[in-house]
Amino acid sequence: MNKTWNNRAWFMVLPVLLIVALNAVIPLMTVVNYSVQETFGNNLFFFEGTKWFEEVLASERFHAALGRQIIFTMTILAIQIPLGVIIALAMPKSGVWASVCLVLMALPLLIPWNVVGAMWNIFALPDIGLLGYGLNWLGFSYNFTQEAGDAWFTIILMDVWHWTSLVVLLAYAGLQSIDNAYYQAARIDGASTWSVFRHIQLPKMKNVLIIAVLLRFMDSFMIYTEPFVLTGGGPGNSTTLLSIDLVKAALGEFNLGIAAAMSIIYFLMTLLVCWVFYTYTMKGDEA
Amino acid sequence: MARIDLEHIRHAYGAAPKSADDYALKEVHHVWRDGGAYALLGPSGCGKTTLLNIISGLITPSEGRILFDGQDVTQLAPEDRNIAQVFQFPVVYDTMTVADNLAFPLRNRGMNEADVQKRVRETIEMLDLGAHANRKAQRLTADLKQKISLGRGLVRQDVNAILFDEPLTVIDPHMKWQLRSQLKLVHKQFGHTMVYVTHDQTEALTFADTVVVMYGGEIVQIGTPQELFERPSHTFVGYFIGSPGMNVLPVQADGAGVRLGSHHIPLPKPVGASAGEKIELGVRPEHVRVGREGMAARVSKVEDVGRQKIVRFSLEGQEVVAVLKEDETVPAEPHLSFSPEGIGIYADSWRIGGGSR
Amino acid sequence: MSAHSAGIARFKWLIPATYILFLMLPIYWLLNMSFKTTNEILAGFSWWPSDFTVDSYVIILTDPTWYMGYVNAIIYVTLNTVISVAFALPAAYAFSRYRFLGDNYAFSRYRFLGDKHLFFWLLTNRMAPPAVFALPFLQLYSALGLFDTHIAVALAHCLFNIPLAVWILEGFMSGVPKEIDETAYVDGYSFPKFFVKIFMPLIASGIGVTAFFCFMFSWVEMLLAKTLTSVAAKPIVATMTRTASTSGYELGLLAAAGVLTIIPGAIVIYFVRNYIAKGFALGRV
Repeated sequence: MNKTWNNRAWFMVLPVLLIVALNAVIPLMTVVNYSVQETFGNNLFFFEGTKWFEEVLASERFHAALGRQIIFTMTILAIQIPLGVIIALAMPKSGVWASVCLVLMALPLLIPWNVVGAMWNIFALPDIGLLGYGLNWLGFSYNFTQEAGDAWFTIILMDVWHWTSLVVLLAYAGLQSIDNAYYQAARIDGASTWSVFRHIQLPKMKNVLIIAVLLRFMDSFMIYTEPFVLTGGGPGNSTTLLSIDLVKAALGEFNLGIAAAMSIIYFLMTLLVCWVFYTYTMKGDEA
Repeated sequence: MARIDLEHIRHAYGAAPKSADDYALKEVHHVWRDGGAYALLGPSGCGKTTLLNIISGLITPSEGRILFDGQDVTQLAPEDRNIAQVFQFPVVYDTMTVADNLAFPLRNRGMNEADVQKRVRETIEMLDLGAHANRKAQRLTADLKQKISLGRGLVRQDVNAILFDEPLTVIDPHMKWQLRSQLKLVHKQFGHTMVYVTHDQTEALTFADTVVVMYGGEIVQIGTPQELFERPSHTFVGYFIGSPGMNVLPVQADGAGVRLGSHHIPLPKPVGASAGEKIELGVRPEHVRVGREGMAARVSKVEDVGRQKIVRFSLEGQEVVAVLKEDETVPAEPHLSFSPEGIGIYADSWRIGGGSR
Repeated sequence: MSAHSAGIARFKWLIPATYILFLMLPIYWLLNMSFKTTNEILAGFSWWPSDFTVDSYVIILTDPTWYMGYVNAIIYVTLNTVISVAFALPAAYAFSRYRFLGDNYAFSRYRFLGDKHLFFWLLTNRMAPPAVFALPFLQLYSALGLFDTHIAVALAHCLFNIPLAVWILEGFMSGVPKEIDETAYVDGYSFPKFFVKIFMPLIASGIGVTAFFCFMFSWVEMLLAKTLTSVAAKPIVATMTRTASTSGYELGLLAAAGVLTIIPGAIVIYFVRNYIAKGFALGRV
């Protein structure tokens, strides 16, 4: 590559760098700024060093929200990834029905997030919602606005409804890339269905499944709109996940320093987990 | 190792085929002997892969039966037929080592581990894979992967047949030759029945002792490479095998011979074609003699290809190709004649007689 | 395999079918509610509207405070899609063709390593919790004098859409052999002419998939959209939260508004149905 070309490359990337700087760097700096200062209104700020960070890390409330967040994220990952793979395996490989499946399955992904929350609210209402009414009719006592367990059940079911299709579509794309000869060879080798999955399908899906796990981890870790619309974090604080707690601190209590420190801790945690996971799973492919 | 009987097999991919053209594979009725090395040769779309998949069981034929050593296997799944197949693109299990790849078909069949290890060791030795035995299969070159595919078949000592579906397509040219000789060696040593699909005549003629030429969904000739060359039973075989291919010239029946334009070519017996059939004379370039006697022709092109010359003549408006030795010269007013033993007469593309006998 | 699994295979379709049924139930319920009168909704559970009405839809489609919400959303989503694709195209081309991030991360020699960093950079932009970043965004765009404009939301959504667009497009572009570029230069094409006339048609499906994803993520996001607007550019999703919080019993209206937000997505999916699977793998399977 000669030098002229290199310069042109930078020129082509420049607009993207500018817009990312505007959107990502400036707000991030603002948040960092909040996180180390105290304000008493009137735009007066005082440098506070790591006070907010120490406070957040020591606070029971943060630990509780983080605990709930981890349980939520682990649960939906444990359900969505295997379920998505199973559905992708069972889908037709081609033809009209494959298209029908893809179109219908992609639908939840295209619904605005607060509409998802509102829709599930209506769907789960114990008196007039199909889910709520149905469960009570079957003899389960169910009321997600009163019972913490029911509220948890509902937000997890909602997230499974909302996002499993993403895993399905990714896994399906991975399966589509497998040449038919692999299946034929496996039949001739007398491989069981499980062996075919373990030695052919799973390795081919590995890359897309890593993307799926990362996306689902990140997005569920900062989920806000849907559970906020559905339960508002309640009953009590039972479904107050990290982001909901953050907004409560930032806007409800106008404690910007705490909120900013929390979001930075939380950003770093996500970054760390994703980096470790990504580096570890990709290790085998680098040699 | 087994004899393969193909009994009146036909196959159509669509449901309810009506005319003969709906069949991707028109009627095939042959017996392939135990331990033979067969090549299925033909252009793409001729039905050769369909026939191979019928033998392996990946496709169940619309009509007919297939027998291994007299036992009907038509309805058996591939894994129950005890065959091995090597595909066009190397199929290896990426996550396993080379040794585990080879052990896979044995373990799937529940063989005890000591025997598995023994068989795998033997196979690795046979295929010269020792240096890679404990490496992951993923990063190997295409020819090594193809060896592993082959090895997964050879490792099962008792396979009825080993099937190859254009196995050398993605292999580097210099490795092709090596792999092919290894295949021949394996065949000589163990005598498996082998069926090898290819569109490359060199591969087919060097690998097989019997070549099955397919065209338009049917088998047009089965024979040794020599038979195919000397007595093509269909004009396609003449054209497809040999380079340059056979000259095919339209002629008319004329007494005890045929007439080519203004020339009479005598034959040992009259052409027994029925009315309306298209009659053609086929003669290989090797059997076209160039001299001062015979039919007057004009040189249109001379190609020098090393130790021989390919000369294209125009004879009665037809192109006729002749192969001459390097030192032979074309006379100023060339005349062509055909060696009687090299002449074949074809009616609607099928051979009905020849110039000798 | 054979007989045993053939038996299982016959019932395999039940899995996607059941899943799709599960997906459709809440949507059906939303439709059901949207065609009921408020009285009927409050009267209790029923499988379908007995007193079928389109009043809720009529209200939404005649009241500007409602329907302008859709218009506003469509405007900023379209703007965002255009900006994201237009900015990402040259950048993705640079990533797929040139080496310029230092020799260690040389994109052509250690392709996967380069991809890896590009991808991770994309991800970091999705990791920041928007719940808290909303406030700095509000300050930033107010300072720029863009508060309550369509372009503000469109630009803000570039935060996650541009890196995504670069990533998807780079995947598709890498599939086009470099020889094509060189041949075009030899044939005397200038760079811009080559890019528009030859290169873009070659990756047309990639551009379509990218536009789909930009549309999707801009359409479903509501926190930034709501924060950055008050009246003039307020999207439908923000109008809905108002209804939900102030007059809690207008469920019919809320449901109808929800149904109407599903329609644009459904239309877009229909158009890209054949590319969905590949698009979701971001051109990288």
